[in-house]
Amino acid sequence: MWIRMLAAMLAATLLLILLLSLNDEYWLFLPGLLQGAVLTVEITLLAAIVAIFMAFVAALAKLYAPLPIRWLSSAYIEIFRGTSALVQLFWLYFVLPQFGVSLDAFVVAVLALGLNIGAYGAEVVRGAIISVARGQWEASVALNMSRGQMLRRIILPQAFAAMIPPWGNLLIELVKSTSLVSLITLADLTLKAQQMNQTTLKTVQVFTLVLLIYLAISLTVTIAMRVLEQRAGQGMTRGKAA
Amino acid sequence: MWDWAFTFEILPVLGRAAIVTVEATVLGFVIAATLGLLLASIRLAFPLAGVAVTVLVELIRSTPLLIQIFFLFFVLPKAGIVLDAFTAGVLAIGIHYAAYCSEVYRAGFENVPRGQWEASIALNLSSWRTFRDIILPQALPPVVPALGNYLIALFKETPLLSAIAVLELMQTAKIIGSETFRYTEPVTLVGVFFLGMSLISASMVRLLESWLKWRY
Repeated sequence: MWIRMLAAMLAATLLLILLLSLNDEYWLFLPGLLQGAVLTVEITLLAAIVAIFMAFVAALAKLYAPLPIRWLSSAYIEIFRGTSALVQLFWLYFVLPQFGVSLDAFVVAVLALGLNIGAYGAEVVRGAIISVARGQWEASVALNMSRGQMLRRIILPQAFAAMIPPWGNLLIELVKSTSLVSLITLADLTLKAQQMNQTTLKTVQVFTLVLLIYLAISLTVTIAMRVLEQRAGQGMTRGKAA
Repeated sequence: MWDWAFTFEILPVLGRAAIVTVEATVLGFVIAATLGLLLASIRLAFPLAGVAVTVLVELIRSTPLLIQIFFLFFVLPKAGIVLDAFTAGVLAIGIHYAAYCSEVYRAGFENVPRGQWEASIALNLSSWRTFRDIILPQALPPVVPALGNYLIALFKETPLLSAIAVLELMQTAKIIGSETFRYTEPVTLVGVFFLGMSLISASMVRLLESWLKWRY
């Protein structure tokens, strides 16, 4: 896994250096595209916060809440996993105002992407919680822990380690889905690229650079999650040894 | 707020657009499933070319599909290859999901015990026959459910084709919206269509999964 990622990173860096040295035109587009990249990163970070929050709320509600709330969280998960992210984005952007709720495009983007990824994340969180060995629950009951204590001290710390790799994949999905916000006129990396393509007609240069910038953002997320995974893994082995 | 007369008026138009969406899904998945198998096979057969395939797969998987659609639609004409929007879009979706499918196939190949290869060598089978008659029949059935999940994922990404003005569901809904200033019904109907199709396909994948488990 490490080797594959390093190979991809190396190839991307080499390609970028090659492009920049062979063709001066690439430098022209870089500042404008990086401006768009800032908005892309902002939306990614904020939507990630919404997604992680929604995922935990929905997963815990689906597992432990009373029935009506359980149904509600199931409905949220199925609806946001079952419809397309772009449809959700358009629905919040065009339809919500008709019900009297007018949100700014940036807020819509963060909400729609956060809710979408959060629905997938809820299943990740739920899966990680129920995959914690049954004996751990039983031992906590034997120790006379309350349900809150059990979750907080015993179950969730172990579930965290199991859910980091799938969260890594979901966050990459999130990075990629931020490109959709260009379709509700937010000047992110994708929209900047389209505008530059239309004004300069340097199609090859613009879109190659954009792909490389997205690749850089995705790889950063992958590496960050890999570091987190190793930290969590270390904690687990220490716990087992002790 | 919700106008039923308007809903029934736009239903036939959206129905026709839904056919385009389904066509794009089927064609895209055919490309994804075959190209994915090809990529995974190349990786299995030629380790050196395999590195190139690995890098390509990682590149495709970590960049947005929307950009890849734009790339095919705008960059290929510069190289003299002019594709219409539908072809370019379906090709982009197919190539994007081929990268995901190739990982699924790879896992399938890795699940076949090494002894099967060794036994085939002992039986003096050629490596092509070993691959076709021994390895593939064992590698494919377990990966079918995973491929099914990618079919659903692919289906849900087809609205991206609206970005290059393919007249699928989302684009049609947008056009109706901009003409009538009513987005509530068309966009909601598109959502309902996707939800319905996704739920049906998901339960079919689950059914297939249990059938395969029972059979193998």
